[in-house]
Amino acid sequence: MTLEDAARRAVEAARSAGASDADAWAEESTSRRVRVYAGEVESLSDAGGRGIGVRAFAGSRSGYAYGTDLSDAGVAETALAAREAAELADEDEHEGLPDELGSSRVDGLASPGFADWSTERVVELALAVDRAARAPEGVTQVENSVYSDARGSVALANSRGFAASYDATQAWAYSSAFAGEGADLMTGIGVGMGRDPAALDPEAIGAEAASRALALVGARQPESRRCPVVLDAFVAASFMGFIGSMLSADAVQRGRSLFADREGDEVADPVLRLADDGTDPDGPASAPFDGEGTPTGRTGLIEDGRLLSFLYDTRTARRAGRATTGNASRGSYRSPPMVGTTNLIVDPGELDLAGLLAEAGDGLYVTDVAGLHSGVNPVSGTFSVGASGRLIEDGEPAAPVREITIAGDLVSMLRSVRSVGSEARWVPFGGSVEAPPLLVAEMAVSGS
Amino acid sequence: MTLVEPELAARVLERALGRGGDMAELYAEARGGFGISLDDGRVERPQRGRETGACVRVVHGESTHYGHVDGLAEEDLLRVAGSVSEAVRGEAAHPVALTATRRGTRHAVATPPEDVDAARKAELLRACDERARAAGAEVAQARIGYAESRREVEVYGSDGRAAADDRTRIRLSAQIVARRDDRVETGSHTRGGHAGWELLEDEPESVADEAARRALTLLDAVDAPTGRLPVVVGNGFGGVLLHEAVGHGLEADAVQKDASVYAGRLGEQLAPDFVTAYDDGSRPNAWGSEGVDDEGTPTRRTTVIEDGRLASYLYDLLRARKAGVASTGNGRRESFRHLPVPRMTNTFFAPGDATPEELIGTVERGLYAVSFGGGQVEPATGDFVFGVSEGYLIEGGRVTAPVRGATLVGNGLEALKAIEGIAGDLDIATGYCGKGGQTVAAGVGQPHVLIRELTVGGTAG
Repeated sequence: MTLEDAARRAVEAARSAGASDADAWAEESTSRRVRVYAGEVESLSDAGGRGIGVRAFAGSRSGYAYGTDLSDAGVAETALAAREAAELADEDEHEGLPDELGSSRVDGLASPGFADWSTERVVELALAVDRAARAPEGVTQVENSVYSDARGSVALANSRGFAASYDATQAWAYSSAFAGEGADLMTGIGVGMGRDPAALDPEAIGAEAASRALALVGARQPESRRCPVVLDAFVAASFMGFIGSMLSADAVQRGRSLFADREGDEVADPVLRLADDGTDPDGPASAPFDGEGTPTGRTGLIEDGRLLSFLYDTRTARRAGRATTGNASRGSYRSPPMVGTTNLIVDPGELDLAGLLAEAGDGLYVTDVAGLHSGVNPVSGTFSVGASGRLIEDGEPAAPVREITIAGDLVSMLRSVRSVGSEARWVPFGGSVEAPPLLVAEMAVSGS
Repeated sequence: MTLVEPELAARVLERALGRGGDMAELYAEARGGFGISLDDGRVERPQRGRETGACVRVVHGESTHYGHVDGLAEEDLLRVAGSVSEAVRGEAAHPVALTATRRGTRHAVATPPEDVDAARKAELLRACDERARAAGAEVAQARIGYAESRREVEVYGSDGRAAADDRTRIRLSAQIVARRDDRVETGSHTRGGHAGWELLEDEPESVADEAARRALTLLDAVDAPTGRLPVVVGNGFGGVLLHEAVGHGLEADAVQKDASVYAGRLGEQLAPDFVTAYDDGSRPNAWGSEGVDDEGTPTRRTTVIEDGRLASYLYDLLRARKAGVASTGNGRRESFRHLPVPRMTNTFFAPGDATPEELIGTVERGLYAVSFGGGQVEPATGDFVFGVSEGYLIEGGRVTAPVRGATLVGNGLEALKAIEGIAGDLDIATGYCGKGGQTVAAGVGQPHVLIRELTVGGTAG
């Protein structure tokens, strides 16, 4: 029996239980994970999973249930639980299935080459990442190097006749290296991701982990200052991920976004352009349809310095009198669709990293931030986060620094972006984000 | 209820060791839950889930091979065991006979949440919403969440281990937004435990009162100061500081990889001699408590800091074996989809003699950090950062204006040394702790603690 069949049966079962409408999201996946420590395989897993989530409507109320039992009886039980749950919710006139159903064309979600990668070969890849991370002089040790992949199928059916499915593959690797000794031990992370293991460069991933750790050896707490700040791609992606979550129409409508009432306003310097694109073939979060069966697409978010649009699912779009942007997101079958980003993409600019540092002159180059989610007030946009990196002197990277905080408010930061780097990359921090480094004209840096 | 009959478990273990290995284990789980929330004045997102599954692991030298599967069908369990066994290249080993299943000490659940009509849970949310809105005209938004979960677990090991546990958790949370002109502030509070509905029978609406009070207070907040200042950390959720800055560094996986600043320091005086701290997974009905851990080891109280000296790390079976000690019952996993790793349960400073007022009274100019929005630590160095979600200035020994936007940045070793006083008002709050992609319930707690100096990153410049 196919996943699509299971989803259809769940929808029928929900309708039989009295639901006015229903949809069902079924998943099946296999995944592997190799963890290497000290040149040896520390753990190796091979796993399979499957499950289904049913959303049932009772008029304008909705309820949700999920389970791992895909037998006829199991699916019927889950559908009934969803139908019963719907009775508990309050009416919401905007609830319901989307009017626009269908699929966008997204090529290359599943790599045909994926199947060629035996477990032995991906173990070799993980070992190569680890070797590359340990090789450079000055690396004290490598905490671990991890390879992980997944091959999965997703099917969605609803009571308006929609039924579709797709397959996707994904492979990641990362390494975490240490340099320095004792209380001066500093860490660095290297990452790579793609549709199959062939897209990963184990030498580059290991070398990145090592060089990030080595660059911080001897870091000290600097004096407080206000100065230009260059955010590297990892850090820029983390901030953009947070900003993306604030552009959810759900956060806006519930009064929990600093961007509420600011559509059309100038919120950034014109050099910064941000979009959400669920159809980018390289985007890890790409898919032909969103979590409720609307075709995915590209939504410009910030252009010419102005806030163009929020991200909508069906319910928030109806409430705003708009069309959905195809941003009903499902973490897995265990959660109902909610507004979320797909792939956030920051358009690259002209300058490479050296050029950004040169333009900064004297300032701070931030390579790591900690506590972003606890350090940002989503409503006011004020933030204060821990950071480490290097000072910039005369346009060159200088002394490494740690135990600092950078503070400000997000809109002021976006408005004072002076240059966008040319070297954009996919980063799995802050969701799925493709971001280059950014030069911010001035931020408050607090140290000693 | 039995998830996997011991007779089948024995066959799974036999197959898992088919090509050798030092230890094989079958972990089976049935997990279910119900959640519902209220937001923007509307009860929404009622949600029920039920999952079953199992994980088989084989430990061979320093390597662990594992696989997991949804469902508990005999053929699936045997297939996973066979596939995991193939990673080892040796002579078959044989499990010892399973002992009688040891049931974990039950944390008393007077009223199982699933026995309570779901409509009453929706009513509770409405009552909390009403209370929050009654707290002041400036309350703009209320989000109330209710969640219950039940995890039945069974563990069978090739060393004869057979254990089972039945865990019920319940949690009520409130997040309140207050608004005055352009100023918008958020206050949160929760109540939860390894317990049943009875936990929410006594004035549950006070959770909403407290969250609303915090949000309203912050409307008058001034920008946080910047610089090195004395800090009094509040009780309850203030224990996040201990959890992040010390606790993670005591987890034996980090220690054995020399990825912890606490490695090699057992017996060392890390804090003044009036400082003692525990990890206690057996504390009755506490949020992070369990009967047995996810490897079947009974939970217990472990003294991690005794009179200022580092007394113990936190172990699971694998790391305990490597260190030549017994597991401390800290082998925990998010679900059958994960391997057990050493994790904190409920971690807290033992109460001292002072009162909070006495601690605050000694501070000429400093910060009173009541509650944190979260935090992060680099275990290798002990460097930490915390966002202060509710904080006040201390001026002339008295708590004065609320502050916003404060962050505490520091180092665990330095913070421990800098503890100047501990109050007697121990309280344990409900946290969720993430590590290596796994999230588990973790109790964080402490009495009020005075730290001589920490870096406060603020917005006041």
